[in-house]
Amino acid sequence: MSAEMELRSYVLENYLFTDDQSQLNNEDSFMDKGIVDSTGILEIITFIEDEYDISVEDSEMIPENLDSINNLVKYLEKKKA
Amino acid sequence: MCGVAGYLKLKDGPEPDPVILNLMASQLVHRGPDGQGFYVDDTIGLAHTRLSIIDLEGGAQPIHDKDERYWIVFNGEIFNYIELRQELINAGAEFYTHSDTEVILQAFIKYDLDFVNKLNGQFSIAIWDKLDKRLIMVRDRVGIVPLFYQLNKECLFFASEIKSILAATGNRKLNIKALDQLFTFWAPVSPETMFDGVLELSPGHLFEYKNGQIDIKRYWEWSYDNKTEDDFSKVDEKAEELQSLLTDATQIRLRSDVPVGAYLSGGLDSSIITSIIKNNTNTPLRSFSIQFEDKGLDESQHQQLLIDSLKADHSSIKCSYNDIAKNFLDTIWHTEAPILRSAPVPMGMLSGLVNRMGYKVVLTGEGADEVFGGYDIFKESKIRSFWAKNKESVIRPLLLKKLYPYLDVSPGKAQVYLQKFFGVGIDTPDLSYFSHLPRWITTSKIKEFYSESTKESLKSVNSFDSLESYLPDYVKKYNTFHRAQYIESKTLMSGYLLASQGDRMLMKNSVEGRFPFLDHRVIEFGSGLHPKFKMFGLQEKFLLKKSMGALLPNKIVKRYKQPYRSPDIASFINDDELGYVSDLLSEKRVKEYGYFDVNRVKFLLKKIRAGRAIGYKDNMAFMGILSTQALHYLFIERFNDRITV
Repeated sequence: MSAEMELRSYVLENYLFTDDQSQLNNEDSFMDKGIVDSTGILEIITFIEDEYDISVEDSEMIPENLDSINNLVKYLEKKKA
Repeated sequence: MCGVAGYLKLKDGPEPDPVILNLMASQLVHRGPDGQGFYVDDTIGLAHTRLSIIDLEGGAQPIHDKDERYWIVFNGEIFNYIELRQELINAGAEFYTHSDTEVILQAFIKYDLDFVNKLNGQFSIAIWDKLDKRLIMVRDRVGIVPLFYQLNKECLFFASEIKSILAATGNRKLNIKALDQLFTFWAPVSPETMFDGVLELSPGHLFEYKNGQIDIKRYWEWSYDNKTEDDFSKVDEKAEELQSLLTDATQIRLRSDVPVGAYLSGGLDSSIITSIIKNNTNTPLRSFSIQFEDKGLDESQHQQLLIDSLKADHSSIKCSYNDIAKNFLDTIWHTEAPILRSAPVPMGMLSGLVNRMGYKVVLTGEGADEVFGGYDIFKESKIRSFWAKNKESVIRPLLLKKLYPYLDVSPGKAQVYLQKFFGVGIDTPDLSYFSHLPRWITTSKIKEFYSESTKESLKSVNSFDSLESYLPDYVKKYNTFHRAQYIESKTLMSGYLLASQGDRMLMKNSVEGRFPFLDHRVIEFGSGLHPKFKMFGLQEKFLLKKSMGALLPNKIVKRYKQPYRSPDIASFINDDELGYVSDLLSEKRVKEYGYFDVNRVKFLLKKIRAGRAIGYKDNMAFMGILSTQALHYLFIERFNDRITV
């Protein structure tokens, strides 16, 4: 499964509590849509650190990296590069 | 405290039936195991279950006047009854008991409805005037003692607990509108309750039935003044005044014909009360506390500090994760409402310890945070107001990092998310509930689990609007700090802390709680203080610490305010999981009861079982869903198996 699909599935199941794919667009802002709050973002960080074997630095905890599926995918690609 | 119940025949209703009255009283035996008393005539039946604390020999209820025209049942304590009794004797009243109940009745006979303003105490009272066929019911100023009623065309039923009314009427349906309010404010907005048709008599209100008409009016209110002075040259004078007031409020709460104990949490407020008992009274200090298996929540170190310092005769009970799961269903039977955290359960265990040790009365520090500005929500509101004055400021929102350091997963970890979270409503600082928006929006996330049918039932309901219309216009003119205090006292404190976590957890084990910080003179003193005396900069309870700090170990005074918490999800989902948890959350039950979406609950459980539910939001959703399911199971499905016949 691609990272995009894994992340979509993770966010849908764990924050929207559904498997209905239509509930989430890849560009949806997690913050603006109320999908995650500040504790939720810490859960997402824990998830990507565990799943993709990376370490998220404090300075990287910004919406540009973490606030949508698209941003997460781009951030992961950058970290893996 | 005790239990009261009764029912009044309205125009075309049947005459009171002693069998039904007995059934109502039977549901309240835990509130009053020491005796029962009844009064029945052709219009009304009154019942009383007694926890005998004052005038052990002569205080049985109902009590009447010399001519047996007036009859009273009463749940609670009147702490100034000695002075009031003397005042009434001087005015010619005659007494046949030494109880505070008879003092209330004679005060009513002398002062009519003004009698309530003479009372310093915690109470729910029903007085019947047989001649004029007039019923008066009153509840204490802040909601320490409960009183519920249900009205239909034929009868008015009333009781200390809802189960007593439901046993008599048989009408049992959960109130979805109140559920939505609870999933916003942590409690239904008074007078709503979790059951259709059952209302509470709101704190500070008086109910009068006369000539077939019902009139409900407020006799007391949390009242603030925006013009209070912030002259710090008077700070020592005010600190002294507070010390003297609190000492008296504690001393009169030790009036009892049975021994009195105290809760000792390890925090500032209960430390103040226990210290006053130790230093200013002859009452031997007997204290009780709860400890947790979960080290992050355990406060036993601070408790020990106080025990050593005060040389208290102390008992404690240790609460494990499984204790919470084991006691949960019984807890919900007593809260008669869903709960969003497990905290009431250990409080019920603690009152069980008090009961086993042979005590019936405990003093606690409840109310200090509301009256003297102790909660982080007041800090939060202050910082957000400061930020709202310059929304573009980069520096102002950095103060948000000062909030909630005691949470394992604090919202303060990532600044940008923190600002997003606390920035809710930052454009509308004049909104009456500005202070509470972040909390309520977070709590409302539980509603994402509603089933389609629940959403349909609530499509024309907006709980925020219901609160807005509940707030009197004068509250909207209070400054932000006072508004926050008002809202906190009228929603979370009276609806949850004094109810689900207070009276119901004490009385399930026949223990009466007494709260010196909620003496109305203390509240009125606190309400008259400028906010700076409560929160100086970001130092909470500034004047209270200045006033009482010298009595306490420095470590207790300097300690960061840590609210009482207990483990939620971890108590239920573990290797020793109890069968009822998976049963109540099973697809079958969730679908059958109909409140929540089966799929969403399934995914929440999957997340929890995978160990990924670490945040406040998921914990609250889990507790809200489980406790609603439990409430339905106990009160709708299995009610007749649970009640005492």
